[in-house]
Amino acid sequence: MNTGALRSAATVVALSVQEGIRRRVFLAVTVLTLAFLALYALGAHFAFRDVDEFAAGEPQILDPHAFTGATIFGLAMFATLFLGAVLAVFLTLGVVRGDAESGLLQPIVVRPIGRTTMLLARFAGAALLSAAYVVAVYLAAYAITEATGHWSPDHLLGPALGLALAVATIAALSLLASTVLSVTAQGIVVFMVFGAGLTAGLLAQIGHAIHSHSLHTIGRVASWALPFEGLYAAGLHALISGTSGLTGVVLQLGPFGGSEAAGPGLILWAFAYLFGVLALAAFAFSRRDL
Amino acid sequence: MAAPVLAVSQLHKRYGRQEALAGVDLEVGPGQLVGLLGPNGAGKSTLTKIACGLVRPSAGTVEILGRLAGSVEARAALGYLAELFRFPGWLSAEELLRFHQRLVGSDGGAAERRHLLDLVELGDAAGKRVEAMSKGMQQRLGIAQALVGSPRLLLLDEPTSALDPVGRRIVRELLEELRRRGVSVLLNSHLLSEVELICDHVAIIARGRLVKAGTPHELAGPAAVVVETASGVMTFDGAQREDAPRIVAELVGAGEQVYRVEVRHSSLEDVYLEAVGGETG
Repeated sequence: MNTGALRSAATVVALSVQEGIRRRVFLAVTVLTLAFLALYALGAHFAFRDVDEFAAGEPQILDPHAFTGATIFGLAMFATLFLGAVLAVFLTLGVVRGDAESGLLQPIVVRPIGRTTMLLARFAGAALLSAAYVVAVYLAAYAITEATGHWSPDHLLGPALGLALAVATIAALSLLASTVLSVTAQGIVVFMVFGAGLTAGLLAQIGHAIHSHSLHTIGRVASWALPFEGLYAAGLHALISGTSGLTGVVLQLGPFGGSEAAGPGLILWAFAYLFGVLALAAFAFSRRDL
Repeated sequence: MAAPVLAVSQLHKRYGRQEALAGVDLEVGPGQLVGLLGPNGAGKSTLTKIACGLVRPSAGTVEILGRLAGSVEARAALGYLAELFRFPGWLSAEELLRFHQRLVGSDGGAAERRHLLDLVELGDAAGKRVEAMSKGMQQRLGIAQALVGSPRLLLLDEPTSALDPVGRRIVRELLEELRRRGVSVLLNSHLLSEVELICDHVAIIARGRLVKAGTPHELAGPAAVVVETASGVMTFDGAQREDAPRIVAELVGAGEQVYRVEVRHSSLEDVYLEAVGGETG
C-alpha cells in the first residue's frame, strides 16, 4: 500500500470515528458501560461479602472466595463480549449496501482510494475501537473485582487479547454481511450468528460436563466455525487455568468456567479466519455494481 | 484531432435479462461539453457509472485519458456527481471538501476550498452543515465536491434536477467557465433547453443504443418557411424567419393568394422526440 492509499485509508478511518461520535454511539455506549460497571461493582461487593459470611466457620470443600471471583468475573467477560459485539456491529452497519443505497458510498468509492482500501479502512476503524473498548471494560472489571474481593484471575492479559480478537472477528463478519444484506437484515443476521456461537459454546460446555462426546464435538466444531466463541471460551478457561482441586473442576463445569484452553491452533485459526472473511468481503465488494 | 478524454467503445451492460446498454460508442474531447440525453431507463446513468468504475461493463471498454475506467489513474482524473447522492449530514461544506481533498491527495488547501465554494456561490455557507442545507445547495456543494483536485473530466448525472432557475443559471455559467479552462464534461440531463444552450455535442440514447449524435446545430436541422396559398402548400427549405416577408411579397406579386405562413425551425426537442419515438421511462 503506497503513501497516498494509507493517507486515504486514515481519512476514512477518521471519518468513521467522527461519524460514531456524531451519531452519539459512543455517548450511548459510555453511559451504558458506566451503568454496567457500577452495577457490577455493587454485585461484586455483595457477592464477596455474602460468600465470606456464608462460608465463615464451615468446612472448606472448595474455595468460596475463588469460586465467587471467577464466576462473577466470567460473567463480566460475557457482558464485555456482548457490549463489544454490539459496538462492532453498529460501527459496521450498512457500510457497503446500506451506504450504497443511500448514495453515501459512491462519492467516496469513485476517488482513487479503491474499494479494498476503503473496506479495510472501515474495518480497521471498527475493529480498533471495539477492541480498545473491550480491553478497557475488561480491565475496569478486573480492577473492580480486585478492589472489592481481592481476587485476581490466573491470567490477565491473554483473555483480554482474546476478547479483542473476538470482537474484531465479529466486525469482519458484520462487514461481510454488509456487502450483500440491507441494514436491518445485516444487524439481525450478525446478532443471530453471535447468539449461535455462544449457544455452541454452551453445548460444548454441557457436553464436557456430562461426558457426552457427540455433544462436545458438535459444540467444538461450531465454536471453531465461529471462532469468536472459541476465543471467549479459551479466555474463560485462562482465568482459572491455575485453579486446582475441586474448585477448579466445579468452575470448569459452570457456564462461566470454560473447559477448553486456546492453544496456538485456535489463535492461528482465528487470524486465518479473520483474513479469510475480510478477503471474501473485499471480493464481494469488488464484484458489486453500485 | 486530440486524443479523447473519455472514449466509450462498444459498451454493453446487462442486468440479468435486461440489456441496459447495447453497444454504445461515444467520445468526449478535451474541453468539450457533451450532453447525454435520453428517456428514463435509457442507460445514461449506467454509462456514467461504468465510466466512474461504479458498475462493471458486460462487454466493451471505457477509457479515461487512455486508462481503463475504474483504474486508480482513471479515477484520479475524474470528478463525479451522482443523480442520487448523500453526504454525511454532520459535516460542514468546508469539512466535506477537506475530506475529499484528502481522498484525492489535493494540496490545494483552504484556497482551493474557498475557490470552489465561491464558484458554486456557497462562499457564505462554508461553515453550514450539509443537513441544514436545502437540496439545491447540496447539489451545488456536490458539484464543488466533484471539482476537488481539478479533474480533467467531470461526469455529472442530472446536476440541476433539484435546482431553481437561479441555481441552474449558476451551474450553466460554471460549466461554461470549466469549458474555458479546458475541463471536459459529460452532462446527463433531461433539460433539453439547457443542453441545447451550453453543450458542444449532444448524444441521444434510447433503449441502450446511441440513436443520434452531433452538435446541437447539426441535430436541429435546417429551418424552412411554409406558405399555404390558393395553389397549395409551398415549402421554402433553408429560409429563415426574416425571409418570410420577402417570400410572401413575391408570391402576392405573382398573383398568389396567401392564407397562412409558418416559420419552421427544428428544435432539439423535435429531434429528441423523433429519436426516442415518444418513449418515456
